[in-house]
Amino acid sequence: MTTQMTPGSGVGSRIPGAFSGTALRTDFPVFDRPTGTGKRLVYLDAAASAPKPRRVIETIADAYGHHYANVHRGIYELSEDATARFEAARATVARFVGAASPREIVFARNATEAINLVAYSWGRANLRAGDRMLTTQLEHHANIVPWQQLCREVGATLDYVSITDDGRLDPDDLRAHLANGPKLVAVAGVSNALGTINPLTEIVRLAHEAGALVLVDAAQSAPHMPTDVAALGCDFLALSGHKMLGPSGIGVLWARRELLEAMPPFMTGGSMIIKVTLDGAEWNEVPYKFEAGTPAIVEAIGLGEAINYLTDLGMDAVREHERYLFEQAWAALREIPGVRLLGPDDPAIHAGVISFVLDGIHPHDVATVFDSEGVAVRAGHHCAQPVMQRYDIPATTRASFYVYNDTDDVEALASAIRACQNLFS
Amino acid sequence: MDNLYRDFILEHYRNPHNKGFLDPHDLHFDDSNPTCGDEMSMTLRLDAGGETITDVGFDGRGCAISQASASILTDGLRGQSLDQVRAMNPKDLLDELGVPIGPARLKCALLSYKVLQGAVRGGEFEWPAEAESMTG
Repeated sequence: MTTQMTPGSGVGSRIPGAFSGTALRTDFPVFDRPTGTGKRLVYLDAAASAPKPRRVIETIADAYGHHYANVHRGIYELSEDATARFEAARATVARFVGAASPREIVFARNATEAINLVAYSWGRANLRAGDRMLTTQLEHHANIVPWQQLCREVGATLDYVSITDDGRLDPDDLRAHLANGPKLVAVAGVSNALGTINPLTEIVRLAHEAGALVLVDAAQSAPHMPTDVAALGCDFLALSGHKMLGPSGIGVLWARRELLEAMPPFMTGGSMIIKVTLDGAEWNEVPYKFEAGTPAIVEAIGLGEAINYLTDLGMDAVREHERYLFEQAWAALREIPGVRLLGPDDPAIHAGVISFVLDGIHPHDVATVFDSEGVAVRAGHHCAQPVMQRYDIPATTRASFYVYNDTDDVEALASAIRACQNLFS
Repeated sequence: MDNLYRDFILEHYRNPHNKGFLDPHDLHFDDSNPTCGDEMSMTLRLDAGGETITDVGFDGRGCAISQASASILTDGLRGQSLDQVRAMNPKDLLDELGVPIGPARLKCALLSYKVLQGAVRGGEFEWPAEAESMTG
């Protein structure tokens, strides 16, 4: 086994069988492109959206070029071909998340739309005045605002599990809120703003004991670690294709079959019906009941290919790769004076997302100076303003890793921080 | 991009002019830049006629571009009439900054302008169209 270590750091080594991020970079055409300053692109913004492998881009072009027609309705070979590819993608997603059947996979525009589908359909049918539901202080706005709107509309109360100083959900606060009998717990697999990996198995167990259903916002976890809804036992799970090497405009809601069967439609129109008369309509079977109108056909096929790329690497290997890079980066950044790191210290519960603040330098200035070094990071509130409020900061700079990153990117990150500090010193 | 942070921008950022909250004041407005979390307040004192600015203070927290822009903008305000301020063109402020402001940073550069206009117009001021179409 070859052990690669950053000089001077005593942190973890690569596991046997892990892949090289540098080698994978050739799979991504974006890395052929020089940055505006002519430097190598150091892409550290996967948490916002991920670059696309050539395989995915070529699959999309081929689907549009040679296999495109509308799905589920053509009585001709081309439409049957398109339908087969679209439904194969659904089956690929089902295997990827551990669903019992492809019928539990609803295609949506993104994780936001998938969560809204649950809020509008399940929420408005099941939440009543005086009921409670629970989310957390570390959520993305996509897992807060739909619930705020739902609770406001039906007269329910939305509670939030608080977070600790190091960015973990407070387990005592979770138990206290569960004792109030919420109907639903909506929680992220991984915090996009802090990188915290939430203890989902424990949360699902406690929530079910308290009689609540559990929705997992997997937008930030599904791209980076194995997902298994059967093992987890959750009730709903939402993810976005564009964060996991797939195209934008496609996301997924997984829900247990019996929940989907009982839920009323979210959007109505074509495709989602079995029969329409001037007096009314009967709904199609699941998942089609939730897919009104022509779906994002090629985007779904592209997502399927992105999942194939990830499963070829192996999601355990993806997680180990990012854990290794996290350990290298965390150790390197902790050595630099004036860097405040957010989120938990423990690599077992911290994904490849590092949110930090540089003393006396606004994150937007940080990101601009980084850009001149070829380093693409996100600066802002990361659509998680309650997290910023919790730590009383206006914004953070966030570096996030994925399969194409490697230790050279960690070094570029540390050196960009020093360049920024020198400029502002 | 390095020339965005020319020495005089950094100098204004480190030692901003007219920084502070004037109390008492005649006009006051607060605003923020939701994409960055920048917050800024502007307080103005007027002469006895209530038409000419005699003193100005800005306060808040934000990036080097927004802070330097506020420092530079407020420097030129004493002795200006409210009508002159209302007629100000945001492009003049960008020219005065004299560094390339890309679309991602336009709202940083013009936050002080927006807060000033809010103060002299007595309420929320719409972003200039070119800034609205270029959010970071």
